[in-house]
Amino acid sequence: MSEATVVGTRGGEPRHGVRIAVIWAIATVIVLPLVIWVVGPHIPPGTMSQQTGDQHTVDVALTALATPIVLLIWVYFAYAVTVFRQSGSAIVDGPPITGHRRIEATWLIATSALVLGLAVFGTADLLTTGGAGGGEGPNPVAKPADWRGALQVQVIGQQWLWTFRYPSYGGVETTTLALPVNREIEFHVTSLDVVHSFWAIELGVKADAVLGADNIAFDKPLRTGSFQVRCDELCGLWHGHMNTTGQVMSTSGFTTWIAQQETANAAVTKTLPPYARVYFPTPTRNAS
Amino acid sequence: MESAGISVSQTRVSTPSTRSQLLGFNVIWAVALGIGGYALGHWLGSRIGINSRSQTETDTDDVAILMGLAFATLGWLIGLGFFNYPLSRIAGRPATLHEREEHGAWRYLRLCTDHKVVAVQYLVAVLFFFFVAGLNAMFIRTELTSSNATLIPAGNYLTLVGLHGTMMLMMMSAGVLGPLGNYLVPLMIGSRRMAFPRIESLTMWLTVLAGFVLLSAILLGGFPTGWTGYAPLADQARAGIDAYIVSFALIGISLALVGLNMIATVMTLRAPGMHWNRLPIFVWGMVTTSILAVLAAPVLLAALIMVVFDRTVETSFFISSAGGSPFLWDELFWFFGHPEVYILALPGFGIVLEILPVFARKPLWGYRLAVAGMFGVALMSFMVWQHHLFMSGINSDLRPFYMFTTELISIPTGIIFLNGMGTLWKARIRFTVPMLFALAFFFNFLIGGLSGVFLSDVTSDVVTHGSYFVMAHFHYTIMGGLVFALMGGIYFWLPKITGFKLNEKLGKIHFWAMFIFFNLTFFPLFAAGMLGMPRRVSSYNADLHTLNVFVSISAFCLGLSMLIFLGNLVWSIALRRERAESNPWGSKSLEWQLPSPVPVYNFERIPTITSHPYGYGSPEAPAVADFGPRVIAGEGGLA
Repeated sequence: MSEATVVGTRGGEPRHGVRIAVIWAIATVIVLPLVIWVVGPHIPPGTMSQQTGDQHTVDVALTALATPIVLLIWVYFAYAVTVFRQSGSAIVDGPPITGHRRIEATWLIATSALVLGLAVFGTADLLTTGGAGGGEGPNPVAKPADWRGALQVQVIGQQWLWTFRYPSYGGVETTTLALPVNREIEFHVTSLDVVHSFWAIELGVKADAVLGADNIAFDKPLRTGSFQVRCDELCGLWHGHMNTTGQVMSTSGFTTWIAQQETANAAVTKTLPPYARVYFPTPTRNAS
Repeated sequence: MESAGISVSQTRVSTPSTRSQLLGFNVIWAVALGIGGYALGHWLGSRIGINSRSQTETDTDDVAILMGLAFATLGWLIGLGFFNYPLSRIAGRPATLHEREEHGAWRYLRLCTDHKVVAVQYLVAVLFFFFVAGLNAMFIRTELTSSNATLIPAGNYLTLVGLHGTMMLMMMSAGVLGPLGNYLVPLMIGSRRMAFPRIESLTMWLTVLAGFVLLSAILLGGFPTGWTGYAPLADQARAGIDAYIVSFALIGISLALVGLNMIATVMTLRAPGMHWNRLPIFVWGMVTTSILAVLAAPVLLAALIMVVFDRTVETSFFISSAGGSPFLWDELFWFFGHPEVYILALPGFGIVLEILPVFARKPLWGYRLAVAGMFGVALMSFMVWQHHLFMSGINSDLRPFYMFTTELISIPTGIIFLNGMGTLWKARIRFTVPMLFALAFFFNFLIGGLSGVFLSDVTSDVVTHGSYFVMAHFHYTIMGGLVFALMGGIYFWLPKITGFKLNEKLGKIHFWAMFIFFNLTFFPLFAAGMLGMPRRVSSYNADLHTLNVFVSISAFCLGLSMLIFLGNLVWSIALRRERAESNPWGSKSLEWQLPSPVPVYNFERIPTITSHPYGYGSPEAPAVADFGPRVIAGEGGLA
């Protein structure tokens, strides 16, 4: 290196900023449509319910928003490590730039605007989608428009299985979850022991099941078919096996099914505890 | 190089004989008294025997076990001699700082007040437990090669999950503060010691004890709760959870004290001329981390004490059937837990922003903004904890607020990216191993950070909450962020610490293997989470089998890459031993102006700081410090 250890200024230096901006713009123009229209449709959780539709839209939107940011950082770093490098054994210093007020301010304003936009978008989305399928506690603020006609289904978690209860059908309890299509469902999630979390994956519902708490989540299935239910909160030994399969049925199919359940369970139903939003098991005390 | 080698030469000062070393206060006695203490405490506890009426469902004698562990801690500290100084002060003896100026290997096995020795002790301890916890991860990935079969018994599997999480969290929160913070902060601010050298040593030995107490959970039957210890499940758990409680409490105490010590050191022991705006950015990283540690760890401690009371003296803080609430634990735990995850991020910011200017040969870009960013992260981290409870049904009205605050954190985090990008602008980059790790930090943390935005949005969180998406997210920030930064820091500063070069070729192989297999391991897990794989499961939908086998294979390769790192350490420090120059990287920072390894008293005379340490590119920039006329080592006395 003949330059010795002085400030490295190269003769006729190209305009790096412009180059980076151009590469970034080209990359964004190519990648962003691919992300939205090629990858986007495959982003979970599909469109089986109104809520998964919302979640899918949000996930695609967030991915689309993240894409230019990722590209900006990647293009910048890739450019920097390719162009701004030195070889040879002598150490050459770069220019002593310690900061740039305007760039700093621009960056702060841009990120703040992004964040504010995200927060407004997220809040609006949460409130307009009736809680987006998430557990909202005993008094939900965000409710879907037709929540009054909703079918109540109680979900009771216990180590390590789920029980589903239909209060409007004489308190029938089943271990398989069946739901009518195109009707708002009002899940009441609770637990008999430790914390579980009710995750109906293809329906986009997730609500923690906590002993002594009633956790309400809304969902509206749009297509018939089966969906998985898994426990999403560590609940002990067989947490990983606490899963079942549910069915979304046609309205007539559901009516038939629930009638069958009512008849089949008639003998048992009257011995079950009365409907309550939460259940407290008898406290277990040992040796006393 | 006339300064004493790390463990070889004991030429200067008459060292006490091995026999007197053995009989003194050291780790051997600590272990003996610790075990004895456990036996004594257990016996006392079982005599008290109030456990039989406990509210919790455990049928183990928790009073005995908790008292055993408490007495073991006491015995451990007595054996190491932590009570000698306070007792001699009570007896009216004069205050001394250094009992003796120590050399040789024995000082690494005892209470030592030299911050450099404590740092090396910390490094060895943290790496040991890091490897133990990493091994647990390998077992977890082995179980997950099958979608439904139980390769590892279910209880053991959960214990592995809990041990991996808890140990990684505990050790990595001490992982930078302990080794690099303790070693470098005094050197960087021109001090001969930390503010409270005995407390510094105490934090290190508490960390070691915490690690072993946590491992003792295996002997006590394991624990099923993961690192979060959620309430009704923890109440159900048997004696293994007692080990979790005690070890977490020990780490909590240690963290709070480490933070206090660090803050006091930086506030009071800066050399003349070390103004706040000349403080190296790494020191700012340590200060902000310490603020979090001091404010967050006591909350954890309080919550753990409540669990202890629930398990022993029939209180019911977390037992709903007796008037308590499991939500109380969630709130307290995450009020600690979220600042905790930034305890795992800020040190990484500090390390990479310290490394970047050296190999970009440019000043740190936007120094003040970087400091502001770190403080912003620290402050904001206390306002977001409820996003861990978005699906829990508590305070659901507040979700928009916590969504907003969580997203706000990306502003100060974005600043760190701007600093990195600005520093690389028109730089003259040298691709050394530390620089590769620093650059990889930005790659990984970008993915980790942006996946956090998905989690902060409640609608999107309904899908990803509690799933492998979250797991991939925090591994990208903690492993991809902090551990990559820590590795960079180790490659960068270990030549200064040990005086030996680390093999560059092995280092590069380690880096590329770790970087590639880290991404191959964790990126697919984002998909696994979105497709319906909850965290901490031992079985999953058969559809995800291929994905999981792929991830497991990558994870094993990632594990092997860590063995390359270990091999490099052994090769370069124990076998090959090439002397490092005092400033191999050409850094302008103060610690590199000292010989390698740094002499016992650091500075022959306390230097006067004349500049910030980033004077790259300006030939007329003053040297970082004026070391004054040379004096004989040790004559200058203490600061």
